[in-house]
Amino acid sequence: MNADAFFVLGATHHKAPISVRERLSLSPAAAETLAGSLRQLEGLQEFTILSTCNRLEFYGVASHPEAAARVQAAFCAVQNFDPAEFDRCRLDLRGPAALRHLLDVSAGLDSQLLGENEIFGQVKDAYAAAQAKGHTGAVLNRVFQKAFQAAKHVRTHTAIAAGQVSIYSVAVELAHSVFGDLASTRILLLGAGDIGEKTARAFQSRGATSMTVASRRLERAMELATTLNSSALPFEQREARLAEFDIVVCATSAPGTVVARDAVRTALHKRPARPILFLDLAMPRDVEAGVAELQNVFLYNLDDLAIIAEENRVARESELAKCRAILGEKVDALWKSIESRLPAVPAMSAAAERRDLSSPASAPLPAERGAVPSPHH
Amino acid sequence: MFAGLTDRSWLWIAAGFYLAGFLLGTYSLLRAAPQSKSRINFIIGFGYACQFLGLYLRGLQVGGCPLGNQFEIFQFTAWSAITLYFAVGVTFRSSLLGYFTSTLACVLTFSSLALPAWDNTRRAKIFGGNPWIELHASLALFSYGVFALLALTAGLLILRHYSIKNRKLGGWFSFLPPILDLDQISFRLLVTGVTLMTAALAGGSVFWFRDPASVNVGKLLVTVGVWAAYAVALSLRVRGLLLAKRFAWTCLALFVAALISLGPVDASRHPPALPPPANVVPR
Repeated sequence: MNADAFFVLGATHHKAPISVRERLSLSPAAAETLAGSLRQLEGLQEFTILSTCNRLEFYGVASHPEAAARVQAAFCAVQNFDPAEFDRCRLDLRGPAALRHLLDVSAGLDSQLLGENEIFGQVKDAYAAAQAKGHTGAVLNRVFQKAFQAAKHVRTHTAIAAGQVSIYSVAVELAHSVFGDLASTRILLLGAGDIGEKTARAFQSRGATSMTVASRRLERAMELATTLNSSALPFEQREARLAEFDIVVCATSAPGTVVARDAVRTALHKRPARPILFLDLAMPRDVEAGVAELQNVFLYNLDDLAIIAEENRVARESELAKCRAILGEKVDALWKSIESRLPAVPAMSAAAERRDLSSPASAPLPAERGAVPSPHH
Repeated sequence: MFAGLTDRSWLWIAAGFYLAGFLLGTYSLLRAAPQSKSRINFIIGFGYACQFLGLYLRGLQVGGCPLGNQFEIFQFTAWSAITLYFAVGVTFRSSLLGYFTSTLACVLTFSSLALPAWDNTRRAKIFGGNPWIELHASLALFSYGVFALLALTAGLLILRHYSIKNRKLGGWFSFLPPILDLDQISFRLLVTGVTLMTAALAGGSVFWFRDPASVNVGKLLVTVGVWAAYAVALSLRVRGLLLAKRFAWTCLALFVAALISLGPVDASRHPPALPPPANVVPR
């Protein structure tokens, strides 16, 4: 059957919890070793390995009904992963369903954060790596290129990627709405805890470079400042030097407010033409509520950001049906165009069907043609 | 096919393109989907070219810059705003300024075309063949175009402020440019507009000093009043006393006042005359 010739095998965040995904994740060296093994695998004509923090997937073109099982066995051998555990979280799709899955993944429809864009780049990188090493052929080349086109089409013609769905991304997007290019903004981080650090990293990922950390414990501020490649400021100076900053991220665990309205008003007089954005992620709140009433000042607290993130998530979900309809048409057309190029896969013999392919003992390992090298060797 | 088209026909076609830009932009906004910036620029560009041709043909008819009646003044103002848009607005990442520019041009051109009374009298050689007076008039009108674009960026600034203050970041608000970008472009437009108008008034004052009777007092007062209002706004902005939303509202209100003042200015220049349409009256 031709449909069996195109497959996807793997494990994703849907069934594999993070503790499992940590062990599924391939290091570059292990991926290299595994690719070398798969290249030797009998019945596997083309393949691409996609390994991200949320998924491990093998896309392949097979001329043998047991090729996918052989891939699984090879992976388990290289990664020293229990095959039975792999079976419990295994994703195994064939034919149009596998094709559909690739398009869903590329468009971000299968992601934990629905519609996220990062996966598109990861799939592209995985394909580029496979193509560079000659692991892909006529079928996978066409399939991946069409998948990228379809993903772009969906992102352009629907609102699946509109808005941000994590609190940190919403905060950064908000800053962008006020200041535009974040590279020239100066950010003050009040509080050196986990929330502050995550927000700071989100800002850095969008180009922010000028960051100053202030914490009630100066040594902690200096520690985080070193990690973020930024500078530290004594906490007592926070209000006096407020005018120097465009964005103030507040994430302390102080019991009361740490930024008073009068201090903000004074800061505004020193920098009249530039607005100040306060992102108050602390609980209880760090910024006096009256600050929001000042002209040219924008104040968002944790609830505000959470509501926006949730609204965006709901809006993205409402686009799902439209995305699936578009991708459904693309899958049908693409499958028709590649079906004739797929190798014929002979039906599995009754004896083979009875074999438990997931068992490492019975799975036909590449060892039939050459041993799978261990990553430890 | 197009060779026999009159100036007004070209201006109607231009208005049609601006209307298309407005309708497409509105459709995109209603769908909350991003509009192609190149598409809106393409549409505005076609409209601009047709309007340029229409104004050129009118200029040939009247023997100078077509600023002889309210119809021509509105058309020239819309043309100036589009010129400025292509000079500064296209650097915006968002297509929203293009949409609003298209809307403004659509309103100005259609309203002038729809009111035949505004174009009943076509005055030829109103500048008496003096290119300096012509330059003075066209610079003054061009500064109105700059203020028109300033009114648009100010409108966007007010919307952006509203959206962020009221936690409305989704939908078509997401297409608005950042506050700081809007504020900076508005400030630059204000500087440009005031500079152009200052130059126009300085040029005009030379003729006024030579022959005070040649300039209508009403026109002089209104024009100087508009210039003074914008100059005060600029001064307050530079000194940090007129900022953010208040600055934007001021720019918007000033433009409405300036637009309204165009009627009295034009009427004060020429006593009402109602010859048949398309009649070119040499002065």
